[in-house]
Amino acid sequence: MAVGIISYGAYVPRYRIRSEEIARIWGDDANIGRALNVHEKSVPGADEDVATISVEAARQAMRRAPTGPDDVGAIYVGSESHPYAVKPTGTIVQAAIDAGPYLTMADYEFACKAGTAALQTGMGLVQSGMAKTVLAIGTDTSQGAPRNALEYSASAGGAAFLLGAERKHILAELHHTVSFTTDTPDFWRREGQKYPSHGERFTGTPAYFRHVEAASQRLMEDQKTKPDDYDHCVFHQPNGKFPVNAARRLGFKEPQWRHGLLAPRIGNTYSGAALLGLANVLDHAEPGDRVFVCGYGSGAGSDAFDCTVTKNILNYDRSEAERLETRLADTTELDYAMYAKLRGKLVMGGNGA
Amino acid sequence: MTVPRFWREIPQRYNLQASKCGACDAIHYPPRTVCPECRRASIGNLEEVKLSGRGTVLESTRVHKAAPGYEAQVPYTLALIQTEEGPVITGQVVDHDGRAVSAGDDVRAVFRRLGEDGDAGVIYYGTKWVLA
Repeated sequence: MAVGIISYGAYVPRYRIRSEEIARIWGDDANIGRALNVHEKSVPGADEDVATISVEAARQAMRRAPTGPDDVGAIYVGSESHPYAVKPTGTIVQAAIDAGPYLTMADYEFACKAGTAALQTGMGLVQSGMAKTVLAIGTDTSQGAPRNALEYSASAGGAAFLLGAERKHILAELHHTVSFTTDTPDFWRREGQKYPSHGERFTGTPAYFRHVEAASQRLMEDQKTKPDDYDHCVFHQPNGKFPVNAARRLGFKEPQWRHGLLAPRIGNTYSGAALLGLANVLDHAEPGDRVFVCGYGSGAGSDAFDCTVTKNILNYDRSEAERLETRLADTTELDYAMYAKLRGKLVMGGNGA
Repeated sequence: MTVPRFWREIPQRYNLQASKCGACDAIHYPPRTVCPECRRASIGNLEEVKLSGRGTVLESTRVHKAAPGYEAQVPYTLALIQTEEGPVITGQVVDHDGRAVSAGDDVRAVFRRLGEDGDAGVIYYGTKWVLA
């Protein structure tokens, strides 16, 4: 049975802080943004979190969907910054899209790849016939500790994909997925800790590159494809440098990541990163375009996907108002003081005065 | 707010669920169990409807002395919003970045965090508004 994306939605908060503004506060090199290829990152509003971003993305997906909320048989929200330690984000999404109670659900966490894990679970449920449609969401509002290298990249955003099996609805058919997973502690956040920790350079070769490249190579072996066969590639983007290096090492070339690489403009949206890149690719894709996607989550694992855009994309609402680029163009730049206020880094007095 | 009360009000807070009187067609938000105009004639004659989430600002004010829980958001904007279906809703207008919010401005509903019951309590979600 075929399985594919039948609708999608994407949401990135409007606020941005530039890398040189963060560098100004800490006396770092003003060119650090160029080194990381992250020129600015998204910042959530004071009242935005993983639930609100997931709802906005899910509502856009459902608004454009060929099927209704009562057909949703499962909702999976992947994130490492769920608002509750115990209580699902997915139920909030369920209520906000008016989905019925007869569905299955769980929140996922696998650092930055919980969103692609949700996509894989959805593929399985739809392909097996256990669910008519599945809503797979990846969203984060991650924080880096002040002055930590992560502060330049940890950002906010998310995307939602509605998966289904009816060929007349499929916008992008998901042909195959491969995962590569090992116990590699390159990045973590202990219970009760506000900010994550990481292994600095250890996050590179033995972590990100090993897993991304292994999953990607196996996927292309299984599918008997090579990088040239793809019109677009999307890699997890903890910064703007790693995905470009991984893509080049695998044999992809620059035009292939032109729509899938958003980190230079919005930073690392963690569980949302690969999915937002895929959403932006689908906003631009033509029928027949083949898309390569590879997520990565610290800890560590990679999920790679091979999909092809169908002619149904021509009848899908990709009007200006619905495109991710339209949202990314409408931004408000923050200085570090406003950033600290929105991110709750200011210590308020007892009565808030 | 108690958890059961919040839970009961989730449909109207998340999805702007309102009531429509079958006798006079008036729409009320929050939803009513009796139409205040038709009274007895409306009993058993009310249907659930959802507001579209589109509206127009009637009046707005900038709040500098925060309500409890909103201390970190000052200054913030509250507005009376005329929804296109009729009901007038008091709501917070967000993300307008200091630009004036004026009578006649078109707004649309967004899903935001409304508050929380301390550090350990329930988080309340619902509808706020942005300039359309």
